[in-house]
Amino acid sequence: MKRVQFEHSPIPYLFVAPQLLIIAIFFLWPAGQAVYQSFMLEDAFGLSSQFVWFRNYSDTIFNSSWLHAAWFTAIFSTLVTLLSLGFALLLAVKANEVIRGASTYKTLLMWAYAIAPPVAGLMGNLMFNPLIGDLYHFMNSFGYDFDHKLHEVDAGFVVILISVWKQVSVNFIFFLSGLQGIPKSVTEAATMDCKSPTRRFWTITFPLLAPTTFFLMVTNITYAFFETFGIIDTTTQGAPGGATTTLVYKVFQDGFRGADIGGSSAQSVVLMLVVLVLTVIQFRFIERKVHY
Amino acid sequence: MNRHTVITHFILIVGALFMTLPVWVAFMTSTHAPETIMRDGLQFWPGGHFLETYNEVLFEQGGVMKKVTALGMMKNSLILGIGFSVGKVIISMFAAYAIVYFRFRMANFLFWIIFMTLLLPLEVRIIPSYKVVADLGLLDTHTGLIVPLIASATGTFFFRQFFRSVPDEILEAARLDGASTWSFFIDILVPLSKTMIAAILIIMFVVGWNQYLWPLIMTTKEENYTLVIGIKQIYQVLNEGGELPQFQKAFALTILATLPPVLVVLVFQKWFVKGLVESEK
Repeated sequence: MKRVQFEHSPIPYLFVAPQLLIIAIFFLWPAGQAVYQSFMLEDAFGLSSQFVWFRNYSDTIFNSSWLHAAWFTAIFSTLVTLLSLGFALLLAVKANEVIRGASTYKTLLMWAYAIAPPVAGLMGNLMFNPLIGDLYHFMNSFGYDFDHKLHEVDAGFVVILISVWKQVSVNFIFFLSGLQGIPKSVTEAATMDCKSPTRRFWTITFPLLAPTTFFLMVTNITYAFFETFGIIDTTTQGAPGGATTTLVYKVFQDGFRGADIGGSSAQSVVLMLVVLVLTVIQFRFIERKVHY
Repeated sequence: MNRHTVITHFILIVGALFMTLPVWVAFMTSTHAPETIMRDGLQFWPGGHFLETYNEVLFEQGGVMKKVTALGMMKNSLILGIGFSVGKVIISMFAAYAIVYFRFRMANFLFWIIFMTLLLPLEVRIIPSYKVVADLGLLDTHTGLIVPLIASATGTFFFRQFFRSVPDEILEAARLDGASTWSFFIDILVPLSKTMIAAILIIMFVVGWNQYLWPLIMTTKEENYTLVIGIKQIYQVLNEGGELPQFQKAFALTILATLPPVLVVLVFQKWFVKGLVESEK
């Protein structure tokens, strides 16, 4: 909020009107519809629907396939977040150290930001294609029977690998700019006090990066929940047997492929609540430990 | 060079290879004949079929899809990317201006709604959104494709952060000179935000071009496909056909879908990084 502002007038309402109108029609109304539909059950022909209280919710949440998707989403988003953050942090620290070739490294490490998740998924899919894919043969060359079409763990591995690959670049950009924001005087003072670069990193640099890390954790979890849809849809499509189905992918599958509007809406509502609760937890418990 | 520097460069080279090699291999493989790919697998060096494959994919109809060429899909992607970024910048600048520079009752409430739209993207309310657009008769139209995506108010959030960093003295001075709310916005704030506007245009162009789920469900006609959703359909056809799988075309399409956003990001790298990082504060 600005200290100096314009006086009361109808003008601000005119300026927010377009944004508000779009949000009302394409965000609030559909979100409300999702809540409404989640309490309704349509008959087989879609002609009439009836109010069924929480039946869609209990059918959803106590369903083994939903529970499996929730479990997979939890593991998947944790791994994608930790791996892509860790890898990006390592690269950013190293890119911040070098002098020769610094801008070339920077460009090569960040450009994949522009690639769409489904395009990354398709490329990965082709690389793991048993007919031509070198990665498929590479995995099998260790004597391990790798088959992401059949084995759950292998399918999960492929989806996680592509999701991490796609997310490293954006995390790298933020970590690098965070590192460059640390004043030279601080790093120089630290170098005088402490000889070990590893210890210096964990006691000085990493705490100073905490706000960036916190921000990235929130965005990475949102990425893993929602944006990886394109990767899953172009690689495993949730197979084998729903092993790589995330909660968002299940909303889509049940709603569009299965035409179960009530159930899918109930899932949407549960998912919205999960995201809200996760965000609140992150703000309350993690941000408190972050020193700005 | 001491040992530490060598290790640093080694890690960076491995990282750079990890990030670039997949796309390099995809590009190289797309320049080979399908027989070569089937026999020898992925390719690391250029082959002799670059012009042939890309010509066919870009301009010839009825190859793998009936009515569309990659060029047609590219046009749709451009409309989506540009329409989305320009629309978003205009609408979100207006909204952010009101939130930051005016004292009005709804301001706080509005900010929270905007924050909510950031947390809950289109993916969670995809079916009711589809219904709304269908009821409005907007399926298969540019409006129906672009406007619902603008509902997620990321741009407003960016501009809000930026406007808050503009010194208060500027508004004080402008008011002493008797500037109206509109002339302050258009003559002072917009020119001040030039770099920020450029950065957000770039970021949003990439975001718009890369949209997947929404175009996938709301376009039904082939001629409205964007590249990103079109390539998936083509890929499915490739695998089902009885003939030799046309892997080179699938790779060529992924390269074409990647090229425009990558070029934009590389050419405007400075602005783009600045805009992206600015949004965090």
